[in-house]
Amino acid sequence: MLSLVDIHTFYGNIQALKGVSLEVNEGEIITLIGANGAGKTTTLMSISGIVPPRTGNIRFMGESITRVNPDKIVSMGISQVPEGRRIFPYLTVLENLDMGAFLRDDKDGVKSDLDYVYSLFPILAERRNQAGGTLSGGEQQMLAISRALMARPRMLLMDEPSLGLAPLIVKQIFEIIKKINSENNTTIFLVEQNANLALKVAHRGYVMENGRITLSDTADSLLSNEDVKKAYLGI
Amino acid sequence: MLVNELKKSFLISLWFMFLTFPIMVIRVNTVENIIQWRWANLFFVGIGSFVLSALWRYLIRRKEQGIKKTEVDGVARVTLSQRLLRERRFTIPALIVIAIVALAFPFVFSLYQTNIMITALIYVLLGLGLNIVVGVAGLLDLGYAAFYLVGAYSYALLNYHFGFGFWTVLGLGAGMAALFGIILGFPVLRLRGDYLAIVTLGFGEIIRLIMENWNEFSFGPSGIANIPRPGFFGVEMNFEQVTVYVYFLMIALSLFTIFVVNRLQNSRIGRAWIALREDEVACQAMGIDKRKTKLMAFALGATWAGFAGVVFAAKTTFINPASFTLWESINILCVVVLGGMGSIVGVIVGAFILILLPEYLRFLSEYRILAFGTVLVLMMVFRPGGIVETVRRTYQYEEADH
Repeated sequence: MLSLVDIHTFYGNIQALKGVSLEVNEGEIITLIGANGAGKTTTLMSISGIVPPRTGNIRFMGESITRVNPDKIVSMGISQVPEGRRIFPYLTVLENLDMGAFLRDDKDGVKSDLDYVYSLFPILAERRNQAGGTLSGGEQQMLAISRALMARPRMLLMDEPSLGLAPLIVKQIFEIIKKINSENNTTIFLVEQNANLALKVAHRGYVMENGRITLSDTADSLLSNEDVKKAYLGI
Repeated sequence: MLVNELKKSFLISLWFMFLTFPIMVIRVNTVENIIQWRWANLFFVGIGSFVLSALWRYLIRRKEQGIKKTEVDGVARVTLSQRLLRERRFTIPALIVIAIVALAFPFVFSLYQTNIMITALIYVLLGLGLNIVVGVAGLLDLGYAAFYLVGAYSYALLNYHFGFGFWTVLGLGAGMAALFGIILGFPVLRLRGDYLAIVTLGFGEIIRLIMENWNEFSFGPSGIANIPRPGFFGVEMNFEQVTVYVYFLMIALSLFTIFVVNRLQNSRIGRAWIALREDEVACQAMGIDKRKTKLMAFALGATWAGFAGVVFAAKTTFINPASFTLWESINILCVVVLGGMGSIVGVIVGAFILILLPEYLRFLSEYRILAFGTVLVLMMVFRPGGIVETVRRTYQYEEADH
């Protein structure tokens, strides 16, 4: 469904990705784990077109999306839950969700998707007319996920959904991630530092170090891999 | 507590007496070659600074307590103006009164007053236009007068060379201004904040300097005179009638602007502007085209300046580049900031205050700009959100279905 071939991405003169290649199949939950500064977020930003790669090739559903405008990529069915949630604090919950559906004109479809995300996160329905900035961290993360779902993506990129949240909330959010994947067959590309948790929900995983993919395997075998255990699982 | 505050005020007054001592107390009389010691002045400075500083401290303290209270209660403080705007019992009679005053104004007051009112209405248009760019989309534009200039010169030049009439150019001028908005927009797409402000400032000055120096095209600093006033189906009108006519034209144009800007702010593109102001990366992740959205804000903002420019040229019948300096841009920005960024009612109130206040403060003669500056500073300290803080109407389409 999505393939990255030898991606090199730069911030100015600083090279963040040094030849990343990976493959995501339809309906999978893929996780990309790694330490701080390994290039996980940059990988997502390259896929979304927000920080386009300098060289390399990204293909989605058979079409090249390398250096395509971000809005075009969203309209092709890739939407992102950015790191640190990045909801719009002065817009209400409902308006935030409507921004997620920015490129869509099908009112009925938007309406039914709205009902769907409200059923996933009933708290958002309660708070729909409240400004986004007044929500708690967990609720903001729920809003960020819902906002991305409002674009009705075929593939959802999630950047550290567990960041700064209480363990109970994190558990809840990962349940929802599984649910979204199984109910709608939405492919999920999950970037996480919480490797243990991420590998438990994912089908396959990639390990990233210093802008390179160093390991790729099924989630189960990564969980039992001695190096991964030592480096990322703290066992 | 109180004693402590008063002690601080007392120290401040001492410091002020010391600071102003050389200019307020000592006076060298060069005729008689003596030094006069005006001790009474020292006393007045002391009392004055003590009272003002105590007042200042009291107001600041009260304001802080208000903020603290908001934090404790967890509910946003609703200001009096916001409450009034929400209350239908108040808004409907107020609108009727405003409508009557607006309709009767040119027949009750003198031609001079009507003229000032037209100027104020032109600033309402300018303010509402800039409000889209600065207040809603959060792009600080210090060269807004350039679009005003484009509108005015569009009318003056198209009329001079081709004999185009007011009504034809009203649309054309707005279109030209929008085009220039896009031209400015392109190079500044990547800029934010202070950098954007500086580039737009430069743009405004460039446009003005071109007009000032390109004599063959724009007749330079001597400007263009004898611009015809707007016509009304070929009816001959004397000066007084034309003024009243322009006045009502401006009222109509203002209503049109308010209608359109209001619709814009409550549309998806309006919310996209707010979203873009808050977080560009998140916007891109949502598929909002950053370039298109920003350019649209610049173009739609500039359009109103174009309208205002055409009317300005037609009203004064003479324009030259001196009317479109940086000071003009700052004035329009003041209208938006003072009135309340993002708030339509605020910008309208701001325009009236900013144009009418200096006009009616003329009795203060050379001190009027000083007084005006003081009012601005005090406003920003005590009402940073503007006179009428924005209460955005939020989007709630689903409520209608349930």
